[in-house]
Amino acid sequence: MATQHLLEVTGLRVTLGDGAALRGVDLAIRPREVLGLVGESGSGKSMTARAIDRLLPRGAQVAGQIRFQGSEVGALAGAQLRSYRNRVAMIFQDPRAHVNPVRRIGDFMTEALRTNLGVRAEEARQRAVDMLSQVGIEDGQRRLRQYPHELSGGMLQRVMIAAALLTEPALLLADEPTTALDVTTQAEVMAILDELRREYGLAMLFITHDLELAAAICDRTAVMYAGQIVEVRKSELLHTDPLHPYTAALAAARPDIAQKSRRLRAIPGRPLSAFEAPAGECAFAPRCPHAEPACQAALPELVELDGGLSRCIRVAELRGQLEATHA
Amino acid sequence: MPDRNGAARPGGTALLTGAPVLEVTNLRKEFGSLTAVDDVSFTIAAGRSLAVVGESGSGKTTVARMIVGLERPTSGTIAACGNDRSRPARSARDRRRRGGEVQIVFQDPYTSLDPRQTAEGVIDEVLRLHHGWPADRRRARIDELVELVGLDSRQARALPRTLSGGQRQRVAIARALAAQPQILILDESVAALDVSIQAQVLNLLADIRDETAVSYILISHDLAVVRQLTDEAVVMYRGRVVERGRTAQVLDDPQDPYTKRLRASVPRPGWKPSRRQMPPAHQEEDPT
Repeated sequence: MATQHLLEVTGLRVTLGDGAALRGVDLAIRPREVLGLVGESGSGKSMTARAIDRLLPRGAQVAGQIRFQGSEVGALAGAQLRSYRNRVAMIFQDPRAHVNPVRRIGDFMTEALRTNLGVRAEEARQRAVDMLSQVGIEDGQRRLRQYPHELSGGMLQRVMIAAALLTEPALLLADEPTTALDVTTQAEVMAILDELRREYGLAMLFITHDLELAAAICDRTAVMYAGQIVEVRKSELLHTDPLHPYTAALAAARPDIAQKSRRLRAIPGRPLSAFEAPAGECAFAPRCPHAEPACQAALPELVELDGGLSRCIRVAELRGQLEATHA
Repeated sequence: MPDRNGAARPGGTALLTGAPVLEVTNLRKEFGSLTAVDDVSFTIAAGRSLAVVGESGSGKTTVARMIVGLERPTSGTIAACGNDRSRPARSARDRRRRGGEVQIVFQDPYTSLDPRQTAEGVIDEVLRLHHGWPADRRRARIDELVELVGLDSRQARALPRTLSGGQRQRVAIARALAAQPQILILDESVAALDVSIQAQVLNLLADIRDETAVSYILISHDLAVVRQLTDEAVVMYRGRVVERGRTAQVLDDPQDPYTKRLRASVPRPGWKPSRRQMPPAHQEEDPT
């Protein structure tokens, strides 16, 4: 790929205790690009984002490479690491779990500006008020004096987005930022995120379990299974022309809002976590309708096909056979 | 209302008469100065399923809790299988009878099971309490229920902590079915499940309905799940029913502004999320 990547992750492996959490993740994000990261619980989506932002739990062992704007993230420490986290800001699923409940919104929002970027308190507050208005919160002065419990979930998530944008990041890591919100609030928060990241020219890694949401708002989408990426595809082709049987099965399993089906095409078994995945074979094979003995003989590589990537040895022969689904 | 499954449930008197299995009339619930549920009425015919749709704070879960008996209505009536349940049960016997009419499966399979009880243990307890059956009959029914919800024998003897979310939710469903309810309330019961597991549980719920003619009340914000599982829907907004009708019709041709906005908020290919579409009265408020 000719384009210069903003973030490049190569062979990322994370081990927690004696279990694997990531089993070799490769992904790249271009400037201003929105890359979706989709998968079921235990697939390693959040772990990937945490590893990128160097927010892994103590004792986690990391191998592989993460490069941001050409520099090695693993080597950063101290002030450099803090400044990196300002450039690569994170938004979490549950804002309430990530703000200090006994500190005011103003303290929370201006902390990074004051302590890492040396902005004076008064100016930091003014910038916070301006940014709150960008996310649709007009009475910013009053909000800065409030505590997190005084704000609704949707409001608090908008505060989190504003706080993340204050440090002028180049990349936003959004970990299921709307999963805990009502559908209508989700639409609003997504609109705000989408608008502002265009305006500020940000790239975004958008993590979600919702294939339809990813397809709607991401340029490309990466699908994870058992600690690895199994497919990367242009989002508009995700439902109509998937490359990996897991992606096709995931799309087909969702009920359709436009029609009732007699039976949903459920995937047998349950999703494997990374630590349960067998080392030398395709982790999805036991649930895959297209599996054959060769699938369990070796771990498939990510191969390029038709502008996408698929970790399936049968990708070429299954072309056009993976059922196109409703969405 | 055709009664094609009536024979499978000899205990279901409502099925034989074709009367509504549940009648909720002018239901109201106040918490202090807050009116959580305001003049809500609906009926469910035997074997039919109803969705209650709405956002958090719409009152949908409060309605469910009143039907199951966890909250007492401020006013209004609830009748299941012809029996009033608007007031607290007066005796253990009364409570058991009500348990045989309505059961509930909660959203979170991680907190709704006793961590010290196996699936078999919890089902056995319900069978003993509700039916007073001897051990061999309970044993046979446990095996049927475990089979019906798709747990294997190892999982049936396991404690909840060793089970996955989908497996726990199956245990919760089996426990609820053990009381042979006419009505099963599913309060966001599949919302927390992974997509591939959610499909399994939704298929399972459809099978159970075919086999037992149970009625579902599905409390949900997921319109695709609502479409899949229910015949009729009521849409709640701020404690009131703002729209009702056949599920297909409510979703395909919504009339109320809130239902329209809800429908437009569902992501789909080519979807452009938009902000500030809400009429002033619908603006998000701080929680009280």
